[in-house]
Amino acid sequence: MSRRIRSESRQLGPEESLLYNEELARKLVEKARGFRRDILIMTTNTGSGHPGGSLSCIDVLTALYLHHMRHDPKNPGWEDRDRFVLSKGHACPALYVVLADSGYFPKKELSRLRKLDSILQGHPDMNKTPGVEMSTGSLGQGLSVACGMALAGKIDNRSYRVYVLLGDGEVDEGNVWEAAMTAAKYGLDNLTAILDRNRLQLDGATEDICPLDPLPNKWRAFGWNVVEIDGHDMREILGSLDEAEKVRGKPTMIIAHTVKGKGVSFMEDQVKYHGTALSKEELERALEELK
Amino acid sequence: MLGKTVKTEVMATRDAYGKTLVELGRENKNIVVLDADLSSSTRTCVFGEEFPERFFNVGIAEQNMMGLAAGLATCGKIPFVSTFAVFASGRVYNQVRQCIAYTNLNVKIVATHGGISVGEDGPSHQCTEDVAVMRALPNMTVIVPSDAIETGKAVRATAEQVGPVYMRLGRPKVPVIYDEKIDFEIGKAILLKDGEDLAILGTGIMVAKALEAASLLSEEGVNARVIDVHTIKPIDQDIIVKAAKDTGAVVTAEEHSIIGGLGSAVAEVLVESYPVPMLRVGVKDEFAESASAEELLIRYGLTTSDIFHAAKKALEKKK
Repeated sequence: MSRRIRSESRQLGPEESLLYNEELARKLVEKARGFRRDILIMTTNTGSGHPGGSLSCIDVLTALYLHHMRHDPKNPGWEDRDRFVLSKGHACPALYVVLADSGYFPKKELSRLRKLDSILQGHPDMNKTPGVEMSTGSLGQGLSVACGMALAGKIDNRSYRVYVLLGDGEVDEGNVWEAAMTAAKYGLDNLTAILDRNRLQLDGATEDICPLDPLPNKWRAFGWNVVEIDGHDMREILGSLDEAEKVRGKPTMIIAHTVKGKGVSFMEDQVKYHGTALSKEELERALEELK
Repeated sequence: MLGKTVKTEVMATRDAYGKTLVELGRENKNIVVLDADLSSSTRTCVFGEEFPERFFNVGIAEQNMMGLAAGLATCGKIPFVSTFAVFASGRVYNQVRQCIAYTNLNVKIVATHGGISVGEDGPSHQCTEDVAVMRALPNMTVIVPSDAIETGKAVRATAEQVGPVYMRLGRPKVPVIYDEKIDFEIGKAILLKDGEDLAILGTGIMVAKALEAASLLSEEGVNARVIDVHTIKPIDQDIIVKAAKDTGAVVTAEEHSIIGGLGSAVAEVLVESYPVPMLRVGVKDEFAESASAEELLIRYGLTTSDIFHAAKKALEKKK
């Protein structure tokens, strides 16, 4: 459905298109604010989870699921659907809220996060949660899986695209770079990766623990088309996702510069909210800011 | 199959694998094959020559290979993934666990160069714990064929069954036990020789040796039952319990650590259902060394004679 809207927008003149995008971006930003609230409520409600990294990637996920990706919640097994892999599986609260909003399952399930018999596991489970394309949680593996999906699309000459979101701490894993070489080898231009560059990992700053910079150069050297954006600017996100589709012969890496805990002043850029839910008191303050 | 004896014909199980893969590739376009720069050793190269568009040599990057296979499987492909057993189990344990077993995806891991019969390459390449590791993973089926014919049938059965499989093959040429009429079913062990005095349960290359040991025992008037337990998981409980009930003593034989493999699986069944005296022939809790396969099998206690003596001991215990 969203793909249809997008193709219409391409037929508009440049000025009209800009206006349309502003309106669209505003709408998506508004939705993302609500998703931020949902993420914090569900993690505090269950008393655990990873709110910081969920807030850093929620804008990208909002753009993907509410607008950019071609998918049909009523027909999750549709062969030509675009695929999304949340390689940084711990950010699944962000995935769950966009899946619920899309209609893959009732929103009331969000209150069951991480509880016994819940469809919402602590990390994504493709066999328990409608709409989840791949079970993740052990870091560094999602890009390989996404490459496999993209390769299958090439073999069968299908039109779907594959999207994968990686954390920046996650790319410490050697497995990621193995996959990076494979994606380049097979010219997987039907693959778009987004790297949530929030510069923090569990124990501290990425540049202290396992320095990654110059990250764009690394991906370029591995044969990828690399784009850098502000990962909280909805128009940059939408634009970069569109641009990636025009690239031929190589995969695209969108390095999304983000802020961990984005949207809540006391959470922003704080490593302590990587894997700790807000207290009830903190949640109230946060929700006040997200009104 | 009753009364089978070991023929003089020899063939490596990995050769049978390559040949069967090509046949499967012709029959089913969803079969894809992945290898990590060992395709001439694992024999997947034969598939690659005929179906280059469905063959992916990913380089020396086994972790990535397992994730790729999982991704391909989500899109309806049937990936056969091959490398040496030591890499296919240990090197990628977490990728197999996370992306293949937990997801219950239709990926077939066919590992060659299992056990110490790898020989001269030494312990870095001799895997004696892969069955233990893979057997502990929920959803995983574990198969260890005993000869080239059985390997062909097992590979075929594996392609037809939906879900993850770990199959262990070997490097050296091994005796052919079966003919094409073999009735192979995953999870159903094969009675090769009937007998009432004790049961020898073998897997992989030890099945042929179990048959030879049974011949030696019969010269002493001992009538041993021989069973090929080609599927370690799910284990064929019925045939094991029946063997224990009928004979009262059991010997297991495997080219694998006695910790966690066939011996453990059989012991688990018997201790809960029908305990009888039992001995395990296998690699003890140690790493082997470089030498020829034959020398190593002798040094590390994996010969016909080792099975024979274990059988005698089990018979003693039975009294």
